[in-house]
Amino acid sequence: MKLYLAKNENVTSPAVVLDDMILTSDLPTTGGSMMLDNYMSLFGADIIEKLTKAGYAIAGKANVGEFGIDLVGETSYYGAVTDDKGNLSSASAELVKSGDVLAAIGLDVNGAGRRAAAMNGLVYVKPTYGTVSRYGTIPAACSGETVSVSAKTVSDCKAVLASIVGHDDKDGTSLPEEKCELVKTSAASLKKVAVIKSLTKDIDADTAAKLDAVKASLTAAGVTVEEIDCDVLAYAKTAWGILMCAELCNNVSRYDGVKYGHRSENYKTIGELYTNSRTEAFGELTKTAILYGSETLSDDNYMPVYDKSLRIRRVIIEAFASLHAEYDAVIIPASSKAAYTEADINANKYISFDEALYTAPASISGLPSVVAGGVQLIGKAFSENTLFEAAKIIEEGK
Amino acid sequence: MRYETVIGLEVHVELATESKIFCSCSAKFGGEQNDHVCPACCGMPGMLPVVNKHVVDLGMTAGMMLNCDINRTTTFDKKSYYYPDLPCSYQTTQWFAPVAVNGLVDIETSKGKKSIRIKQIHMEEDAGKLVHDDWTDTSLVDFNRTSVPLIEIVSQPDLSSAEEVIAYLERLRSLLRFAKVSDCRMEQGSMRCDVNLSVRPEGSDKLGVRTEMKNMNSLTAITRAIEYEVARHIDAIENGTEELVQETRRWDDVKGKSYAMRNKETAGDYRYFPDPNIMPVVIDDAWYNGIKASLPEFPEIKRARYIDELGLTEYDADLLTASRAFCDCFEAAYEVCGSAKEVANWLISDCMNILNRKQMTVDELKLDGKTLGELIKLCMDGKVNRGNAKKILMEMFDSETPIDPAAYAEANGFIVSNDTGKMDEVIKAAVAADPKAVADFKGGKEKALLAIFGKCMKELKGNCDPQKLREALLKHIDSL
Ligand SMILES: [Zn+2]
Repeated sequence: MKLYLAKNENVTSPAVVLDDMILTSDLPTTGGSMMLDNYMSLFGADIIEKLTKAGYAIAGKANVGEFGIDLVGETSYYGAVTDDKGNLSSASAELVKSGDVLAAIGLDVNGAGRRAAAMNGLVYVKPTYGTVSRYGTIPAACSGETVSVSAKTVSDCKAVLASIVGHDDKDGTSLPEEKCELVKTSAASLKKVAVIKSLTKDIDADTAAKLDAVKASLTAAGVTVEEIDCDVLAYAKTAWGILMCAELCNNVSRYDGVKYGHRSENYKTIGELYTNSRTEAFGELTKTAILYGSETLSDDNYMPVYDKSLRIRRVIIEAFASLHAEYDAVIIPASSKAAYTEADINANKYISFDEALYTAPASISGLPSVVAGGVQLIGKAFSENTLFEAAKIIEEGK
Repeated sequence: MRYETVIGLEVHVELATESKIFCSCSAKFGGEQNDHVCPACCGMPGMLPVVNKHVVDLGMTAGMMLNCDINRTTTFDKKSYYYPDLPCSYQTTQWFAPVAVNGLVDIETSKGKKSIRIKQIHMEEDAGKLVHDDWTDTSLVDFNRTSVPLIEIVSQPDLSSAEEVIAYLERLRSLLRFAKVSDCRMEQGSMRCDVNLSVRPEGSDKLGVRTEMKNMNSLTAITRAIEYEVARHIDAIENGTEELVQETRRWDDVKGKSYAMRNKETAGDYRYFPDPNIMPVVIDDAWYNGIKASLPEFPEIKRARYIDELGLTEYDADLLTASRAFCDCFEAAYEVCGSAKEVANWLISDCMNILNRKQMTVDELKLDGKTLGELIKLCMDGKVNRGNAKKILMEMFDSETPIDPAAYAEANGFIVSNDTGKMDEVIKAAVAADPKAVADFKGGKEKALLAIFGKCMKELKGNCDPQKLREALLKHIDSL
């Protein structure tokens, strides 16, 4: 089992590990794919400079599911990662849990990091979209993917996030500096939170117990906890699945075996070079996403499928806006089960799409999400400090 | 039966920007293969597109020059297809909200005036180039042109002959060069077009089968290709020589024939979708008005003004308005010296001669108009004679650094002397030295005096007003 795909020697403390979706110029970056086996980037991600400046050493590159679109950590070319009980985990979560590194930096595409943090009792933040530069991250689903941080404690998670937040001219979706600053400076305001009942129907007993503990901690700290329904959030799963697969299909089309990456030895024509290189190097989930994404963007499906998903994105954003008008945070599970095994994957190959029921609402809306105590708290844009305050209460209530 | 031809054009024009559309690589023509590339324009993961604002400036300028409406919120989209010269396997272009729509371009042919409707103008990136190496039988790819900014100008099918197509292309070229949108050099591929053509019985309201010829980049080839295609279509309709199908064809100018390209290469579902990495470009009033204010006068309006207000001949006005560089220089020089005719003469004879000798085109004129005006003024005021002024002009073309004509004339002893004493001395000596010429002149041979005049001029190193010298010479001879 490979936790590190590449490692730096003589790493000083405090150290962070980067998911292998984040490009480094001194270590290979694979995106968990055979396609990019041993790929050396000519440049590193913008956040590396920021981390280094803040005094964090880069321990190495953590194994990830192929192009980060999985949810359960099972799709890496370099093998799945399990915890000591044999449950599917993630390399970066294992490295943080074992104390090998202070924090892990990942690219949250479909919520795999949130799922792993919830399972392993870590603190995790996916900040507001556009507040951390994506320059130098392997592109998968650019309209929603966000550089994220996980750590053992709220204070470490918050400090590492603060070091990478900021405007970057090299990223056209990067927000202006004064907006980015809000992530660090906006005052916390935690009076009332809502648990979305409609998203807790199918969770297992372990997850339900975590949710109850979180509710109890918050209530004990004087926060009003209400239970409400919001059915529309369930549509995020399919809509994000469509957007993510379409964008992934387009983003990985650059891996054609011509310029870099895996090239098949078996070809006579340019068509065979493309087809055989890609057939050999992409894993099954990636191929599924490519076919699905390609179909949703076809002439016939664009309006009824893709464009509709863009409209659903707006509906979800509006639904959150009305929720956040009343509640400082919205609480939903991070997954239906606390732990998955290989057997679960064998029973349902598309778990990464199904389990996105819990992770897609934050992915598609670009809103900040913090995982603490095994559940997910979603706030309005730039309300990271409010979410961290809730996470702190949950941390202390344990 | 009589037939009519229906033609629509898609014209690609490379924009005159310093750098590429989404990265800072040079967009200049030429260079060693793969010299102008970076991780962004050769499709490596992790680079994000940041739109070059100047590209949008030029897209708007083109739209305004062609009487289009400008989309005040314009967006970029991705168009997917696989080809080795397209490093990301998608091209960033504009599909849903192009920068300009609904334009109108006026053309004039032997059949009279006509307006051609423009459907839209969109901004996009160019692709690279495949180079086949026959020796090793491999194809290599050169990414220098990848991501060079282009606009594509899509016309409505309003054109009906090769003559109209050529008039339309020349009109586009003139307007876009005037507005400094592009140098529109067909031979370098910075202007090229796709010709969509069909033929139908005259008066019919049903369109015939349409074929497309891609990447045409010479006006003569376009004329030949259109004439060939029209004949082929009519032949097929009348004689059933072949079944016309909607397809893309390649024009072989050497053989004078068009060939069908394999359908697989051309049939396409391009899977357009909005590029999530490029935020919609919002053109606010300040930006819009700034571009509007920077638009040049149309060349024919300039031409009319030069003739009506400045009194130039039609011939001079035509020559000047063929190039924006000449117009700019002309107008700046006129401002300084006040004589349109003088400036036109200097530009059309002297400057044009120098450009010809240097094998440069009129668009490559880099002369500063204000400086030229100062030089002409020195000449008009009789401070420097024309021969020496030409020497200064030559220096203005050759020098790397700006030349101040007055200072240069002073430094090189070109200032016309007002020292009449010196002139008189020179005249006396020259006349005394050539009594035969004086006698011939007095005997009626006007030309006999020229030798003495030339000698005086030489002695004075040209620094005198020729008119004054002539008068003084005649006066001296009279007094003998
Ligand atoms: Zn470049």
